[in-house]
Amino acid sequence: MTDEKKVDQTTSKKVDQMTSKEKILSISDLSISFKTALGSVDAIRGVNLDLHRGETLAVVGESGSGKSVTMKAVMGILSSNGVVNSGKIDFNYSDAGEEMAVDILTLSKKYMRSHINGKHIAMIFQDPMTSLNPTMTIGAQIMEGMIWHKKANKREAKKRALELLELVGITDAEKRMKNYPHQLSGGMRQRVVIAIALACNPDLLICDEPTTALDVTIQAKILELIKDIQREMNISVIYITHDLGVVAKVADYVAVMYAGKIVEKGTVDEVFYDPRHPYTWGLLSAMPDLDTFDDKLYTIPGSPPNLSHKVEGDAFASRNIYALNIDKRLEPPMFKITETHYAATWLLHENAPKVEMPSALKERIDRMLKEANENGE
Amino acid sequence: MKKYLLKRILISIATLLIILVILFLRLEFMPGSPFNDEKLTTAQVELLNAKYGLDKPVLVRFGNYVKNMLTGDFGVSYTISKNTPISTLLMSRLPISVKIGGQAVLLGTFFGLILGIIAALKHNTIWDTLTTVISVIGVSLPSYVFALGLSYTLGFKFELFPLLYSSKLPFESSILPTISLSMFTLASIARFTRTEMIEVMGSDYIQLAESKGISGIHLIVRHQLRNALIPIITVLAPLIVGLMTGSLVIEKIFSIPGIGSLLVTAIQSNDYNVIIAIAFIYSAMYIGIMLLVDILYGVIDPRIRLAKEESHE
Repeated sequence: MTDEKKVDQTTSKKVDQMTSKEKILSISDLSISFKTALGSVDAIRGVNLDLHRGETLAVVGESGSGKSVTMKAVMGILSSNGVVNSGKIDFNYSDAGEEMAVDILTLSKKYMRSHINGKHIAMIFQDPMTSLNPTMTIGAQIMEGMIWHKKANKREAKKRALELLELVGITDAEKRMKNYPHQLSGGMRQRVVIAIALACNPDLLICDEPTTALDVTIQAKILELIKDIQREMNISVIYITHDLGVVAKVADYVAVMYAGKIVEKGTVDEVFYDPRHPYTWGLLSAMPDLDTFDDKLYTIPGSPPNLSHKVEGDAFASRNIYALNIDKRLEPPMFKITETHYAATWLLHENAPKVEMPSALKERIDRMLKEANENGE
Repeated sequence: MKKYLLKRILISIATLLIILVILFLRLEFMPGSPFNDEKLTTAQVELLNAKYGLDKPVLVRFGNYVKNMLTGDFGVSYTISKNTPISTLLMSRLPISVKIGGQAVLLGTFFGLILGIIAALKHNTIWDTLTTVISVIGVSLPSYVFALGLSYTLGFKFELFPLLYSSKLPFESSILPTISLSMFTLASIARFTRTEMIEVMGSDYIQLAESKGISGIHLIVRHQLRNALIPIITVLAPLIVGLMTGSLVIEKIFSIPGIGSLLVTAIQSNDYNVIIAIAFIYSAMYIGIMLLVDILYGVIDPRIRLAKEESHE
C-alpha cells in the first residue's frame, strides 16, 4: 500500500484562514534543473505560487523564463532529464467525496497518471495543429480519457463527448466526432483540445499559451470560451503566456517570471496599474497600445541570463538601468507591498533610493486608469 | 476508403501492363527470328510462323502474350530442363522461397519492432545501447556470415537443427535459413522504429495523451506505435520483396531448391523464357507488396485515406 503512504489524507478542508477561500494549489520553493550535455541548467530557482478554487492565475515572462517548466512539473510531465532539487507542489482535491491533499512531487508517475492527470488537473497546449493525435478521430480522443479513468462506459462517454463538443461551440457535433484532426481548422482543433481537457471535470486547468498559434479573432473567442466554462464549472485556471493583452482580459492574479524566479506577483490591477519591479516596467513598456506613436517599440535591452551558470545577485541586474550595487551581490527577497502584492527588487528596501517607474509608462497607466474609470469600473 | 483502394488497384494493374509491354518489346526488337535455320524455305518459315501465331499483327500477339503470362503460361524451358513448362518449374521452387522469406519477414519485423520500442522507451540507457549494437551488427554483417555461424553452432555443434534444407522436415530445416535471412530486416526495423518512436514520444499529442492520464501499453500501441509505423512501413516494403524473392547465397548454403538459384542458373545458361518469367514474377510481387503497403498506409493514416475524398466543408 505504497499509495496510501504517499497520499496523506486529511479530513478537514484546507481553508485559507485569511480569505476563507479554498486553496487548491500551492507551489513552494520549487527548484528544477535540467541535466544537459553541457552541464546542469537551473531552469527554476525557487518558485512560490498559490491558487484558490475558481480563480485565474496568469504566469507571464519571456521564453525560457521557466513558465512552462513549472506547469509541466505540476502536470507530472517533466522531460526525463529534469531533476527536482527542492520544493513542494501541494494539490488539494476531492476524490469520491474524500478530501485529498498530496504533494505532486512525491507521487509516482503511475499514480500521477491514474489519479491526477486528466481527472483533476488537465492541460491545454499551445499549438492545436500538433497537439491532437493525427491517427485518431476526435470523438475517440475526447472519449478516451473518460473510458480510461472508468468515469463512463462507451455509451455514456459518447453522450458526454457530444455535450462537450456543443459546450465548446462546435456545431454538428455528431458528424465532427467521426472527423480526424486534419479535417478541422486551427480554432476548431483548439476547441477540441479544450473539450478533451474538460472531459473528466478537472479541478485545475492549465493553459499553456492557448491562443498563441491562433489568429486574433479566434483568440478572443477561445479566451471567452475558457472563461465561460470556468465560471460554469467553478474550476481554477492557470494561464502561461507572454501576451499581456491575454492577461488583462482573463486573469485575477498575475505572476511575472524571470530567469526561473517569480519577480513580481499580485492581483491583475496591482501588477498592471502599480508595477514595482523594473522588469515588469520593461514588459509593460514593451506592449504597444493605441496611443503608441513612436517609430520604435520599446524593448528591454540585453537578453536573459544563461542559467547554466550560477546567477550572482539579481538575475535582471545586467539589463536593469535602475540596478543598485547590491543587485550584483545579493539576490533580492520578495518585498511585501500589500497583502497580495509582492516584488523581488532591492528598490523596495527602505534604504533604497527612491526610483519612479519610467514616465512614459506612468502616463500610459494614468491614461488606462482614466479610461477604466470612465467605463464605470 | 473505397475510392482510395480502387485507385491504388488500377495503378497497380497499369504498372503491371507496362512491365509486360517492356518484356514483350524486348523480345520483339531482338534481331532474327526463332526460325533462323538457312535450310528452311520461305514457305516453311511461313508455315512455322502461322503455326506459332507469329504471322499475326503485333497487337494480337501482344494480347496473346499478356493472356498467357497472366494465366501462368510462361512457355517452356530451353536449356535448364528441356521442354518442361516453366510454370511447373516455378511451382516447385517459388513456394519454398516465399515460405522461408515470409517467415524471415515475420520474425524480423516482430523482433525488430520490439527491440526498437524497448530502445526508445529506455532511451539513453544500457538497453538502448545494447539494441543499437545489435542493429549495427545486423545491418553490417552479411546474411551468409550469420548462416555459417548458425550452421556451425546450432546445426553442427549442438545438432539442434538440420544443416541442410529437406522437404521431409520442411519446418525444422527452414529455421536456420529463416533466422539468417531475418537479421538484416530485424536490425533495420529496430533502428528505424527506435528513431521514429523517439520522435513521436517527444510530440505534443503524446504530451496531451499523458496529460489525459493515458499510460502503459495503451499509450505505446495506440498513440506512439501507430504514428511511428507510417514511415516504418515505407522501409519495410522493399525488404519484404527482397526476402520473398529468395536469396541466392542462403539457398546455396542450406541447399534450398528456391527461386533465387533458379534465376542464376537461368542467366548463366541463357534460358530466356525462365529469365522473363522470373522477372515478371518479381515485378508482380513487388507491385503486389506495394499495393498492400498503400492499403496499409490508408488503414493507419486517415490523412492519406481521406485525402482525395474530402468534400470541402
